[in-house]
Amino acid sequence: MKRIVVLGGGTGGTLVANRLRRLLDGDDAEIVVIDSDDAHVYQPGLLFVPFGLARPASLVRPRHRQLRPGVDFRQAAVDRVDLEENEVCLADGTQVGYDVLVIATGAQLVPEETEGLTGPGWMEKVFTFYTLDGAVALEKALAGFAGGRLAVAVMDMPIKCPVAPLEFCFLADAYFARRGIRKDVELTFVTPLDGAFTKPACNRELSGLLKDKGVGLVTEFNTGEVDGPGGRLISFDGREVPFDLAVVIPLHGGQAYVSRSPGLGDALGFVPADQQTLRSRAKPNVFVIGDAADVPASKAGSVAHFEGDIVATNIAGYLAGKPADARYDGHANCFIESGHRKALLIDFNYDTEPLTGHFPGRVGLPLLRQSRLNHLGKLSFRWLYWHLLLPGRDIPAVHSRMPAAGKHLPPARRAAASPR
Amino acid sequence: MPTATYAGTEVAVNDEGFLTDPAQWREEMAPQIAAAEGITELTERHWQVIRFMRHEYEAKGTGPTVRVLGKTSGVSVRELYQLFPKGPAKIAAKTAGIPKPRGCI
Repeated sequence: MKRIVVLGGGTGGTLVANRLRRLLDGDDAEIVVIDSDDAHVYQPGLLFVPFGLARPASLVRPRHRQLRPGVDFRQAAVDRVDLEENEVCLADGTQVGYDVLVIATGAQLVPEETEGLTGPGWMEKVFTFYTLDGAVALEKALAGFAGGRLAVAVMDMPIKCPVAPLEFCFLADAYFARRGIRKDVELTFVTPLDGAFTKPACNRELSGLLKDKGVGLVTEFNTGEVDGPGGRLISFDGREVPFDLAVVIPLHGGQAYVSRSPGLGDALGFVPADQQTLRSRAKPNVFVIGDAADVPASKAGSVAHFEGDIVATNIAGYLAGKPADARYDGHANCFIESGHRKALLIDFNYDTEPLTGHFPGRVGLPLLRQSRLNHLGKLSFRWLYWHLLLPGRDIPAVHSRMPAAGKHLPPARRAAASPR
Repeated sequence: MPTATYAGTEVAVNDEGFLTDPAQWREEMAPQIAAAEGITELTERHWQVIRFMRHEYEAKGTGPTVRVLGKTSGVSVRELYQLFPKGPAKIAAKTAGIPKPRGCI
């Protein structure tokens, strides 16, 4: 009997455990998921909380209930992983041995790493919607905001769901318009990048949208200090952005236990892995899924979803003594809520940037263009998340490998991107 | 493909002025590359960063970001900005003859 230990019962950990349970006979492998709490938050919903568009309690379900029968759930904090002994050391002093380990503990917010951010003004004038508590507090602050300068600022990359801060700007624009005070609010998006988004085609579309909605854009701004009482963001190179209310996306890092485990993580606590097989660089029996991985893919639920198929296949292969030859192509897919019940959809991978066209084929949702259909897609995704994605099932017509049909690919790319 | 001449040697560079082949780089070229970015003198602290960038690139195939540099190079982010005011990761990478650090996504 082999034992697979999955650290983290979030999106990636849950879906890979469920996929493995279906793939492997109960007599051959025991599957244990370990997490420090039993509250699974539907993170895509956090964006809507500040605008009163989602009830906080409706976003949370017990982690253990999302696991198939035959997957054990253990609530415990992890102290470190001993890669030599193939053991997870728990904070209570007990050890859990494994044959295969899956790191699925995601990213954590480290607001205290930015000078002044958690000082005076934190949760009074300076908020984040990247936590449930933060999103709830921000809802109250926005409701009481009668006008002034609202700065939405990304401290530095990488962050979870890189489009969420832009969506926040679009939804804030619509929210203040609905309240009849849009003209009294100066909205500014502040980013360390040289444009609104990381990918060129998408960057053009999203920069245009910001302009259309009257959202100011400050680029290449690396925030070195947040002065809450003074209402200033100060960059390392001495520039300032004034605010009356700031919504920040704090720095992200891996979990602390990763840094306490010799040989496992990088300088930020993320776990370096082969970007195709998702096997860790540290040991052949350690795999990584989702935000915890140091791979050049977005930190997003869709990435964890598409990786799940690959990780489960490679683990089953490894246990059967076969090479880990399933390969992830970097496929990511996100709806970008643009306000007024419309959304854009982007679909891309390691080699292909977001393009126009339709998804998943020639007939489907419009790509990189605002539409009502995409907004409905984003809303219905919540049901798909709990009922298909977490159970580790495929979403009809949506595959791990990025689809090329329906995309307006440059001719040279068409051959390269088509399924093998 | 554009080229540039540093320390008397012609090297291939990309549109942004980064060397396309890090193997062509030699330490003598660094002062001239830095000068074009407004850095008139390379101090021992600059060299600590430049050598660290080379070392990281050789070990990992990509240069570190500012934040990682601040955690691992022995030079704080604040000082990095004093040394390379126009953007430490980018300018130090250019001076060290390695590609622009891969932006995280």
